[in-house]
Amino acid sequence: MFKLSDKILLLCVGEAGDTVQFAEYIQKNIQLYKMRNGYELSPKAAANFTRKNLADYLRSRTPYHVNLLLAGFDETDGPGLYYMDHLSALAKAPFAAHGYGAYLTLSILDRYYRPDLTRDEAVDLLKKCIEELNKRFILNLPSFSVRLIDKEGIHDLEKLMPVGAK
Amino acid sequence: MAMSYDRAITVFSPDGHLFQVDYAQEAVKKGSTAVGVRGKNVVVLGVEKKIVAKLQEDRTVRKICSLDDNVFMAFAGLTADARIIVNRARVECQSHRLTVEDPATVEYITRYISSIKQRYTQSNGRRPFGISSLIVGFDFDGTPHLYQTDPSGTYHAWKANAIGRSAKTVREFLEKNYKEDMESDTDTIKLAIRALLEVVQSGGKNIELAIMKRDESMKMLAQEEIEEYVTAIETEKQKKT
Repeated sequence: MFKLSDKILLLCVGEAGDTVQFAEYIQKNIQLYKMRNGYELSPKAAANFTRKNLADYLRSRTPYHVNLLLAGFDETDGPGLYYMDHLSALAKAPFAAHGYGAYLTLSILDRYYRPDLTRDEAVDLLKKCIEELNKRFILNLPSFSVRLIDKEGIHDLEKLMPVGAK
Repeated sequence: MAMSYDRAITVFSPDGHLFQVDYAQEAVKKGSTAVGVRGKNVVVLGVEKKIVAKLQEDRTVRKICSLDDNVFMAFAGLTADARIIVNRARVECQSHRLTVEDPATVEYITRYISSIKQRYTQSNGRRPFGISSLIVGFDFDGTPHLYQTDPSGTYHAWKANAIGRSAKTVREFLEKNYKEDMESDTDTIKLAIRALLEVVQSGGKNIELAIMKRDESMKMLAQEEIEEYVTAIETEKQKKT
């Protein structure tokens, strides 16, 4: 997870090396915008900027093979989650997932998500997803780090470590 | 055709001067005054605000620019030239962070700016930048720095300095009144304001001030805060006389 600005986080997964290179490049460019203009990019603008960069590299000799989730809090629009894949598709979504885990968690999210979830309910929904992975996914994923963004900024929540089935 | 860029503009004079650089320094002397003071825990930059026309929005004239979270600068001379330098420096600060994973030191960015300025004194078809700049900030190990660059591309570290119109008067004032290891942040800020008040007409209204404390980002002082310092300074002056 990369901190793009005080209220924007970028989760970057995919090809080893590409993830860090691309994410750090975006991170420093977002900071440059802040230095040049005196204020930070909104999450929507940051997401579109990231998408454009990914799209430009896609048709070059050096494409980045990364899947991204960008989460941010905007003063006027509120919280927002943006899903981006390695083909540079961008979609604003209420919930999202990448990888094999997505096959299992998207249905959980689909079933239990409501637009008016409170903070605790949202964290519980995330826990539900992780429990599902713990139960049905072939790989053992012992620990998940969790971060939350609200109007105060980015907060680290405690690690989620699902225990084995009884 | 590209022929017009073949000839160098900055060439030596018979007595060893680079006239274009000297003329650039004249342009700097015409710019509004900027003063910088390096304290123990705070660095301060103050500039003389030019009197704006009645219909002009004065917040668009920004002479103190932040280059990164730990470095900022002020300049004296041609504002348009400064914009180019500031932009390049900002990009270089981020580029340094990207390659080296650490914020650039004040000296590094000063060296970078100076080398750009020097390059323009030795390139075909280009003229030197008409600005001197004061670059202040904290390195990531916490040491404060103040550097001055000039159109020739040289840079020096200073404890306190001034550039622009009446720089000499301000520098003499600073030499008389600078105290080593000023522990108090207020003293450092007051020194910068007092130095500017020597040359600025009509007091606090024409001063713009920015400070940076260790591990904090640059803070531009609001007009009211500057006025508070100015009143405190006036009362001290009254008490002395």
